[in-house]
Amino acid sequence: MIEEFLEHYNYWTSVLIIFIGLYTIFAKNNLLKKLLGLSLVQTGIFLFFISLGDIGSLQTLGIGEATPPIIWEEAEKRGYLYVNPLPHVLILTGIVVAAATTCVALALLIRIYKEYKTLEEDEIIEMEVERGE
Amino acid sequence: MNDIAVHQFPVLIVTTGVFSALTILVVGLFNRKLCYYIVLFTTTFHFVLSILTLNHVLTKGRIQYWLGGWRPPWGIEYVVDELNAYVLVVILFLSFLGIVYSKRSVEKEIDERKHPTFYTLMQLLIAGCCGVVVTGDVFNLFVLAEVASLSTYALVAVAGGRALRASYNYLILGSLGICFYLLGIGFLYAVTGTLNMIDMKILLQNLYYNKMVQVAFVLVLVGLGIKAAVFPLHTWQPDAYTYAPSAVTLIMSTVVAKAFIYALIRLVFSVFTIDFLKIYVDAWSLIPVISAVAIVVASILAYRQNDIKRMLAYSSVVNIAYITLGISYFTSHWSLSGALVNILNHAIAKGCAFAAVGAIIYKTGIKDIRNYAGLAKKMPYTSAALLIAMLSLIGLPPSVGFVTKFYLAIGSLEVQNYLMLAIILLGTLLTLAYFLKVIEELYFKHSENNAEEAPLSMLAPTMFLAILCLAFGVYWLTGIPLDFVEKLVTVIR
Repeated sequence: MIEEFLEHYNYWTSVLIIFIGLYTIFAKNNLLKKLLGLSLVQTGIFLFFISLGDIGSLQTLGIGEATPPIIWEEAEKRGYLYVNPLPHVLILTGIVVAAATTCVALALLIRIYKEYKTLEEDEIIEMEVERGE
Repeated sequence: MNDIAVHQFPVLIVTTGVFSALTILVVGLFNRKLCYYIVLFTTTFHFVLSILTLNHVLTKGRIQYWLGGWRPPWGIEYVVDELNAYVLVVILFLSFLGIVYSKRSVEKEIDERKHPTFYTLMQLLIAGCCGVVVTGDVFNLFVLAEVASLSTYALVAVAGGRALRASYNYLILGSLGICFYLLGIGFLYAVTGTLNMIDMKILLQNLYYNKMVQVAFVLVLVGLGIKAAVFPLHTWQPDAYTYAPSAVTLIMSTVVAKAFIYALIRLVFSVFTIDFLKIYVDAWSLIPVISAVAIVVASILAYRQNDIKRMLAYSSVVNIAYITLGISYFTSHWSLSGALVNILNHAIAKGCAFAAVGAIIYKTGIKDIRNYAGLAKKMPYTSAALLIAMLSLIGLPPSVGFVTKFYLAIGSLEVQNYLMLAIILLGTLLTLAYFLKVIEELYFKHSENNAEEAPLSMLAPTMFLAILCLAFGVYWLTGIPLDFVEKLVTVIR
């Protein structure tokens, strides 16, 4: 049980990060903290994807540590395995997308702060009700 | 038209769309007036391309384009079959009308300094949605969905004030939806090792009992469900539609919503396939229940609204529920037809309604239906268009809304589910109830106000959509296009 856990500790960590992120999004009142939660969810998913590419964790199956996906004649002679680079490339795109999302969100937060002078959601809602919107 | 040329059209629509968006940004530095015309030209051009694509697909079969010449399991592939081509035409047609419509509306609602960035985002949004529709690669769909979504978040927030929080909520929930989708395809990639939809469909056939695949299905369904505003996940949608500028609401309700409901249908039926659904038919039978609840609850919520845009937003939730109700009875041919036909029908009717409402806001600034009294006399054409759109959404023959409900009703008889028939009828009655509030104010109450008819560039698209509401209703019912609907349904079965 514990061995299984330790062997896949990166997957467990990604699950943990995703759930902390989800909790932050739904439980926190501060809009900035919600954004932090979203970033955590995204990071957790990236960790999951990157773990997918790794072959090193399959040592129990008799497969050795995989090398980085770089063409190297010596490695080919010795019959080394390569880490699957595709998930890494996908996540490179994913990171860009996540950065863009964070940028848009932060820009919005600046506008919201200028408008309401606070980022607490309940206070903003109160002010909206007062304004009769 | 040369066959090889037509094969380039799907990818051309996406790439020139993105390129045009960047051009607008640069041109906007020198000449702000020109920006609008670039978007208009690009969208018209794309609309023509999409028509040619549809024609090619219908006569000669589907289009497959390999980006960079890399063969499918490795490279990104764009696949256009009957269903894609149909949704692509719907999206680009409504974007075209939306752009024509947006000129005057944007001039009034948005600061002139912001026009270049506004149109850049608009163009990116349209290009992203087209990309979501034509792509045959699940990861590419994620990237293009984010392109479309990020532009939408910014466009919703343009108005400032109350729109900011609406946009922020949309951003958090929308990004979370896309994250779920990404996690879902991560699971699928882990079990199949491919990202190509066609390849994945083949490789998944032996893995239907795999737990990873089950979880992936739920994640994809929930993720895209959030983006498409399927009922319990729709909470961002009424606020976003209400506070966005009129032109943006028009594009969002017709283009973005349709692109994502298409993505949902594509993933469920073309990647997981009906065989997968048949195995988990017990779990899948939750979907009609949710749709039925959605139709009733969202209708009641719509009835309680006085803000016309919010009322129409809830009506969109109801119409998405009709689509999910249609696809939930996948054994019935008619039911699936109803769902697919509703993609066009709802886009036309809701586009017309939002356009008319936007025209009224443009001229008078009235958003509350209790102030609509007497408008029918001052703005006869806009009011007539709004009336036709509302009658379509209610489902009065021979309008487009009637066709959807007619197909779904026959579908419910086909699967012998009379409860579904009752829900469709109840939905119609409830829709009648809330739109009657508007019609009563508009046509049967009199009051003096000095409104006048909207400008031609807003009125023309509105009237055109109103005419199409009736024309397509007749067209779907005359039996001529059933062959076409047949082709659409064969794609997903």
